[in-house]
Amino acid sequence: MSTTTTTDARGKAPAGERVADWADGRLGIYSLAKANLRKVFPDHPSFMLGEICLYSFIIIILTGVYLTLFFHPSMNEVEYTGSYVPLQGQLMSEAFNSTMHISFDVRGGLLIRQIHHWAALVFLAGMFVHMMRVFFTGAFRKPREINWVFGFLLFVLGMFTGFTGYSLPDDLLSGTGVRFMEGAVLSVPIVGTYLSFFLFGGEFPGGDFVARFFAVHVLLLPGIMLGLVVAHLILVFYHKHTQFAGPGRTNNNVVGMPLMPVYMAKAGGFFFLVFGVIAVIAALVQINPIWSLGPYRPDQVSTGAQPDWYMGFSEGLIRAMPGWEIDFAGHTLVLGVFIPLMIFPLVLVAIAVYPFIESWVTGDKREHHILDRPRNAPTRTAVGVAWITWYCVMLIGGGNDLFATHFHLSINAVTWFVRIAFFVAPVIAFVVTKRICLGLQRRDRDKVLHGRESGIIKRLPHGEFIEIHEPLSQEQLHTLTAHEQYEPVEIGPKVDEHGVERKIPASEKLRAKLSKNYYGEGHQIPKPTVEEFKEITSGHGHH
Amino acid sequence: MKKLSARRRHPLAAVVVLLLALACTGGLYAVFAPADKAQAEETSQSLAIDEGKKLYSVGCASCHGTGGQGTSDGPSLVGVGAAAVDFQVGTGRMPAQQPGAQVPKKKNIYTQAEIDQLAAYIASLGAGPAIPTAELYSPEGADIAKGGELFRTNCAQCHNFTGKGGALTHGKYAPSLEDVDPKHIYEAMQTGPQNMPSFPDTTMSEQNKKDIIGYLHAVNSDDTVEPGGLNLGGLGPVTEGLFGWIFGLGALVAVAIWVAARTAKAKKS
Repeated sequence: MSTTTTTDARGKAPAGERVADWADGRLGIYSLAKANLRKVFPDHPSFMLGEICLYSFIIIILTGVYLTLFFHPSMNEVEYTGSYVPLQGQLMSEAFNSTMHISFDVRGGLLIRQIHHWAALVFLAGMFVHMMRVFFTGAFRKPREINWVFGFLLFVLGMFTGFTGYSLPDDLLSGTGVRFMEGAVLSVPIVGTYLSFFLFGGEFPGGDFVARFFAVHVLLLPGIMLGLVVAHLILVFYHKHTQFAGPGRTNNNVVGMPLMPVYMAKAGGFFFLVFGVIAVIAALVQINPIWSLGPYRPDQVSTGAQPDWYMGFSEGLIRAMPGWEIDFAGHTLVLGVFIPLMIFPLVLVAIAVYPFIESWVTGDKREHHILDRPRNAPTRTAVGVAWITWYCVMLIGGGNDLFATHFHLSINAVTWFVRIAFFVAPVIAFVVTKRICLGLQRRDRDKVLHGRESGIIKRLPHGEFIEIHEPLSQEQLHTLTAHEQYEPVEIGPKVDEHGVERKIPASEKLRAKLSKNYYGEGHQIPKPTVEEFKEITSGHGHH
Repeated sequence: MKKLSARRRHPLAAVVVLLLALACTGGLYAVFAPADKAQAEETSQSLAIDEGKKLYSVGCASCHGTGGQGTSDGPSLVGVGAAAVDFQVGTGRMPAQQPGAQVPKKKNIYTQAEIDQLAAYIASLGAGPAIPTAELYSPEGADIAKGGELFRTNCAQCHNFTGKGGALTHGKYAPSLEDVDPKHIYEAMQTGPQNMPSFPDTTMSEQNKKDIIGYLHAVNSDDTVEPGGLNLGGLGPVTEGLFGWIFGLGALVAVAIWVAARTAKAKKS
């Protein structure tokens, strides 16, 4: 802490300095600022994806506060008397009524609602892409595994915050979604009925769920998310940001610009740009038009009832699943719903646990601060693409009716495509991606050894045509060869030191097999060695 | 009587009987014959039926049979009524171009007069719903809110919240109701074309049909006001999600690249 006094020989210090001194004496801001303000961050557009998420999260909180001022989380029945003519005189819950009031009779209400909802879609989409950026560049490796898990939790919590949020207006579309959820809960063997009665305070829909969802949506989930966001950011500061390989960049430094003033200015400006883009979209494009959807009534339903995109894959699971139902000792087991309900968390967990599987397979326990180019980790990249493919197949399943009507297909054909693609498409994606990665590695190797194709064709005196290859610069050569290449893990000796046959655990065998698939021959292209480079570039006139 | 009987073989007796019979017939005709106007209508009606039959033989008979009795390629038209003909031909669905999961809407090549003739012919095959009058299907005087409630209860499960259409099984679909002539909507409800159930006046009153037409006019026509801006087809979260990804996140990524490109490094050069 500073012990400066403000009354020295120069007379009174400026007001700003005195305020800062006052605060430092109580909060210790000087040492905090000294430690952090000059913190260096590397520069790359993809590092700003997380910022998009952070800013849209802030926008959601700001607009959400405004909406809570006018929203009534109650399911009491009222008659609509507001200004939207096609619903006048209709009976609806107070939740729907107050959302109509926000949309048509509160100043700026509809714009704020649309900003809130569009920002939510962008927030989730941003987190998805941010997560994939971290995945494909290997930024999740030690020491950042915990932060990866925090980020993953934010994504999952974001999904459920979104779900509870769009269910609040109690409109016909979201009511169908809540009914869907109730069906999924009911399909749980033995406890399903009890759980459903507990959640809804009795028979669906009851009179409680809006108030309960409201508490979860505005208090519980955002509270946890805010804590996780703070922890996520603290860890980013603590670990320091990763960077792509390049001249002067090592595992022990960070090359970039200081937080103050460069990134303060950039981040501050970027916040307003994000807010601006979302506000423009919200002002021009309608989202969740509850006045068209109408109030929820359990006896009504509409076609094309899908959840928001981040829940779409669960819809796809249900739509693609055959309606199996078996009778077990007098109890009906609705497998057609229960199996998708079990696959739902598995889809998410599959991507979340990958970093731990990779570190187990490769046995790599070192710290990594230099990012991988996706092509240099072909198996990881292929796993990621396979997962995204899987996810997209389920999204297609969720929108099967719209794919059918808009591409003039049979909905049954679309559903069968999804059923088959659910198993086949990830495998194809894996193989194809891996091949592409290896091809790109070969191309890098070629570029390093033979230079870049210049497109200039030269005719030699004896008639031969050759293309002139331009050698790469020193920086490019470094960047293309900076990545490390690993050896596959071998199974230990078959016999121990006494010559007795050793029992090899199955896990060790599996690990060796998987490791071979990561780093074995044919699974990565050896990068050019110094000798190879020297031999080729030693000037034998060969290109 | 003796006098009469004595002259029954008189040479003029046959003439007298003939005159009497003619007078009788003429008198009866004068008493029972319909009025002049009705007579003309019947003539034009039978003329319309004749013309309709000709049109039918050219455009419809190959599938529906020469007398409307139906074949393996097309159902019987006995008793479908004029409203069904007016809907199917008026929206261009009939004559069908090819067999398939569902006969799509296309350009109508018949004039309204020709459609009326066809309708007259089909109506003559058996009783069925008639073409509604303009006042029945006009959105004027409809209770829009009631229509919305009826629409969500009876129609939205296939046609979507505001009648944007939806998928049915095996390539069939509920078409979009955007800018469909109110008359055709009324006729469709009454006759239940293709995969649609029918809603005769006994299950859905004339006023209820009018309410539904009024609601559709309010939420899905050129006069519709969209308070929130572009409606993205009115298809719900699928198109909203696509838009959010492509234009929302897409624009933000573009902005991020722009911001990252304008770095402090530029000062060095």
